[in-house]
Amino acid sequence: MAVKVRIPTPLRKLTEGKGEVEGTGKTIGDLLEDLDGKFPGIRERLCDESGNLRRFVNIYVNEEDIRFRQGKETILSDGDEISIVPAIAGG
Amino acid sequence: MSRKSAVSDILKQKIKGLKCRECGKLYPPVALHVCEFCFGPLEVDYNYDEIRRHISRERIENGPKSLWRYADLLPVEGPPTVGLYAGFTPLIEARNLGAELGLKKLYIKNDTVNHPTLSFKDRVVAIAITRARELGFTAVACASTGNLANSVAAHAAEARLRCYVFIPGDLEAGKILGSLIYAPTVVAVEGNYDDVNRLCSEVAGEYHWAFVNINIRPYYAEGSKTLAFETAEQLGWKAPDHVVVPVASGSLLTKIWKGFNELKMLGLIDRVDMKVSGAQAEGCAPVASAFKEGRDFIRPVKPKTIAKSIAIGNPADGYYALKAVHESKGALETATDEETVEGIKLLARTEGIFAETAGGVTIAVLKKLAQKGIISKEETVVAYVTGNGLKTQEAVINAVDEVVRIDPSLDSFEKTLKLKEK
Repeated sequence: MAVKVRIPTPLRKLTEGKGEVEGTGKTIGDLLEDLDGKFPGIRERLCDESGNLRRFVNIYVNEEDIRFRQGKETILSDGDEISIVPAIAGG
Repeated sequence: MSRKSAVSDILKQKIKGLKCRECGKLYPPVALHVCEFCFGPLEVDYNYDEIRRHISRERIENGPKSLWRYADLLPVEGPPTVGLYAGFTPLIEARNLGAELGLKKLYIKNDTVNHPTLSFKDRVVAIAITRARELGFTAVACASTGNLANSVAAHAAEARLRCYVFIPGDLEAGKILGSLIYAPTVVAVEGNYDDVNRLCSEVAGEYHWAFVNINIRPYYAEGSKTLAFETAEQLGWKAPDHVVVPVASGSLLTKIWKGFNELKMLGLIDRVDMKVSGAQAEGCAPVASAFKEGRDFIRPVKPKTIAKSIAIGNPADGYYALKAVHESKGALETATDEETVEGIKLLARTEGIFAETAGGVTIAVLKKLAQKGIISKEETVVAYVTGNGLKTQEAVINAVDEVVRIDPSLDSFEKTLKLKEK
């Protein structure tokens, strides 16, 4: 599945400054792998040693927090818009 | 004024930089809130050795009657340039409410009368916008459940800065008007606060604005410490035994805990033997649920509560608030919408203070904790009431008596009221 991924400022050094990139994958987990192939190091920033998403990383599929769906197993469809957003904001 | 400037001028070297709370990586003191390595939150790293050399109870007591008397412990480099009168709100000995709840030494920290927009947000915004100006910004913004929007809009007007406030589409009328009057751009987003917050995080990445609770958040959040500083000073330089704090993002509770501990670390109070308890609305209780279920991670929720000012389903500092509650051996408890309305009425009826819904939640939780014996009778207790009821009239409009209507005659008065005494 080809999707659009919005990249937050702290990760743009890895994406040549790009705020939006293309990616593919059946699930969020696959997508992170695909992104790591294109932009080496990105997965390490988002996931801890055991492969779980870091505490302060939020990922959204079409504005929906993936924790309300199946987390990293959330299934993607063609044209989905993915946002990676630092959790530390607001309040 | 001269004294005020003197207080904050001396300690120009008090900020070392920003530091990641998770991995400890250091950054310069700029508009940055997230560690680019581990995504952890950045916090202000103070030069405590320098601060310790200057700070004293006397120096604070001789300062202005505002939160700026604690400037030595606030993350600005020069004198304040906006929000000069924020803070130093009354700490009220709540004898009537205490008697109803069986608590002998109950106090209300009354931020319903904060200047200028009647909520604790005037504290954090005074700091955030003073800092934003120091960093050279000409536009300020925020993601808000209402109170913050009011405060940012008012302070931006005072500071003559462009202002954009983002709010959920379904806010109370008083909160919307309370922003619009200062003529900022008010953006009402179709969605809840968490949607607004996510959008703002993305907007903040594209525009060079000072988002007070995003890229300015490390400075902004420190303003909440002043609720601890003032309480300690007003109690005669002592920490209370128990505090009850409303929890939305969790930042307020975390910083109140930090504030008391900072005073102790600097020798301004002798000890912090204090429990910190948190109050959430039952319809939005991601932190309280984690506490009750013994989890150390926060599962986000979709808020459904009348307490809109604390309706944050995905709290940025939820993890740290939970940690502070555990560290201090406090508790987290929830209040239903009905209990919230009763809480607002109870505080009004006993102490003459009209709190907004978050205050209703706090009072309802205070009552529960007292009933369960989690707060004991002899403890010195401080409940933080952080916003004004005039802004959330919808919550209680159907829960109060009607007016007594009469003709303008003594006869009509006496017949209608049937009073026995004269």
